[in-house]
Amino acid sequence: MRPVYVLSGGVSKFAKARPDKTFQGLVKEAWDESIADLGLEPKQAIELVDGSVASYFSDHFQRQLMSGIMAQDYLGLVPKPSHRVEGGGATGGLCFQEAWKSVASGSMEVCVAYGFETMSHVQTWKGNEFIALASDVSFDYPVGGFYSGYYAMMVVRHMQEFGTTVEQMAMVSVKNHRNALHNPYAQKRMAITVEDVRRSPMVAWPLTRLDICTMSDGAAAMWLASEEGLARIEKATGRRLPRVKVASIGRGTDAMRMSDRPHLDLDTFTAKYALPIEQDAASRSYYRDLWERGARYPGIHSFRAGRMASKQAYERAGIQDPMKQLDFVELHDAYTSSEIQTYEDMGLCRYGEGGPLAVSGRTFLPGIDYGVGFPAASECPVNPSGGLIACGHPVGATGLMQGVFALWQLQGTIGRHFGNPRLQVANARRGAIHSHAGTGTYVTVSILEREGQGGTP
Amino acid sequence: MSKQERTVEESMEGAVVYNVPIPKDLKDMDGMAPIIVKSPYQVDYIHSYGQDSPFFAGLANKRLLGTHCTSCGYTFATPRKACMECGGVCEWVELPQEGRMHSFTVCHFGSEEFLPECPYVLALVEFDGVNSLFLTRVVGLDPTAPSLDWIGMKVKARFRRLSRLKPTDVWFEPV
Ligand SMILES: [Zn+2]
Repeated sequence: MRPVYVLSGGVSKFAKARPDKTFQGLVKEAWDESIADLGLEPKQAIELVDGSVASYFSDHFQRQLMSGIMAQDYLGLVPKPSHRVEGGGATGGLCFQEAWKSVASGSMEVCVAYGFETMSHVQTWKGNEFIALASDVSFDYPVGGFYSGYYAMMVVRHMQEFGTTVEQMAMVSVKNHRNALHNPYAQKRMAITVEDVRRSPMVAWPLTRLDICTMSDGAAAMWLASEEGLARIEKATGRRLPRVKVASIGRGTDAMRMSDRPHLDLDTFTAKYALPIEQDAASRSYYRDLWERGARYPGIHSFRAGRMASKQAYERAGIQDPMKQLDFVELHDAYTSSEIQTYEDMGLCRYGEGGPLAVSGRTFLPGIDYGVGFPAASECPVNPSGGLIACGHPVGATGLMQGVFALWQLQGTIGRHFGNPRLQVANARRGAIHSHAGTGTYVTVSILEREGQGGTP
Repeated sequence: MSKQERTVEESMEGAVVYNVPIPKDLKDMDGMAPIIVKSPYQVDYIHSYGQDSPFFAGLANKRLLGTHCTSCGYTFATPRKACMECGGVCEWVELPQEGRMHSFTVCHFGSEEFLPECPYVLALVEFDGVNSLFLTRVVGLDPTAPSLDWIGMKVKARFRRLSRLKPTDVWFEPV
């Protein structure tokens, strides 16, 4: 596999509805930003690209099949090679990794990943139905198919096993909405409190409306290239670009039906799922206690797919202690509860410690007003952009939006792109993006790294 | 943040528009408001339960069927004919009709199809001697007073008298 660089990205304005543009127009908006950032003219950009990967989740929202090719021709990228990827909420993460493969394999020198979703074309309750079709239509959907209901059941079990509280979950919402106050791309920018989250209308107990991301219209695009592709673009623009490399990718899966998730014993967990950092004596004794108190893995409280994706990505990038070795994480917080569960899957803490981590301050940014104080200092900011909860979740665009925000963090260009540097993680050298589907069915983790000092403007 | 919640129900009803104004100069058209049209879409799916059909025949006869792997012995509460653990062949077995709440939620909102039924209790049930769980509705609990104490509660299966050949032919109630 060859080294792959991430050169540029663009994100359209995310909104509850964007009737001003068709999906092609939204993709063009993200693409135009990505080429303007490189300093390219549209015609030059088209000539420099070898091919693309398209990312969108549902054909139902638009009642349009083959949307991908309509974006491809709208951008002027025909007859170059392209294909569509789909994997529920992880579609964007999978698209990023497919673009990486196109370059790493030698098939392309420059590959563009673009993604979109236009969810406003149906009413919210019909949209919930379309999303719930991503559960088994023989056994799950007809019983009351509703994704917020599924996530609520998972976190209720998390609360039962580990003592996680609704206030800990609400703190995730406070963090992400308040981070988003400084991100002009975000859909919901609010200085809320834990009380606001709990007073918000109940959707699926214990999750309230402010524990859950909303549906959105939006698009995102990213440029990936080999060394040769990078040289080609630097020659065309006459600029030296910051070196941001894809250090590794990882993926995992789990059964579609939550009811099928296994309840494994401690030996199997330790042998197959524990991270190197969980192999020390203290962690072993911690997990022995958990199992003695009745915990099993993954059950419905943990995302085994997220652990597999993290483990694979960390092994390939040489990461032993993610909390110390990652400067920030953009993860799939479709629910406040899933951010807490994902802390554990990604090894930012042990299983069961996600709730306390969420209120410790360690995943918050320094210098942002969260309305409360914390016992610990900022260590590895999680969702500095505001995440899905605040930025929105136009499914096919989401994983790529995370990638673009991660790229800007590593380039040190958050200030330029957001119009203020408040969300810039100081000296960010390495970050992770995490994309997650279904009830934890497909999960991707990709590690991005800045080489040297790069050409940070 | 204390914004008033919407009290008027949104609906897809509206006036029918027969003409649209157009400016004389085409240059003025780029800034126009988008035209939005409604197009209905209805479809009847012919869905076969295939190899899972015996489960639904069981429900119609007030029996709860799971599957048991003939190679590794794993028992699935939600049936699978192919074992996820070892790839072996699974045979049909009768499940106990009494189990315990493994987890639950109360849905106050949902997909369009289930909105009239809100609030409803959705739960995963565990059975003694069975390795996997079963997704179901639980009837007979107060949806306004959910509590973690519900976990572990003994529940028993109840069946629709006139089967609709859907997984909702069975539901659970506290014992
Ligand atoms: Zn088996």
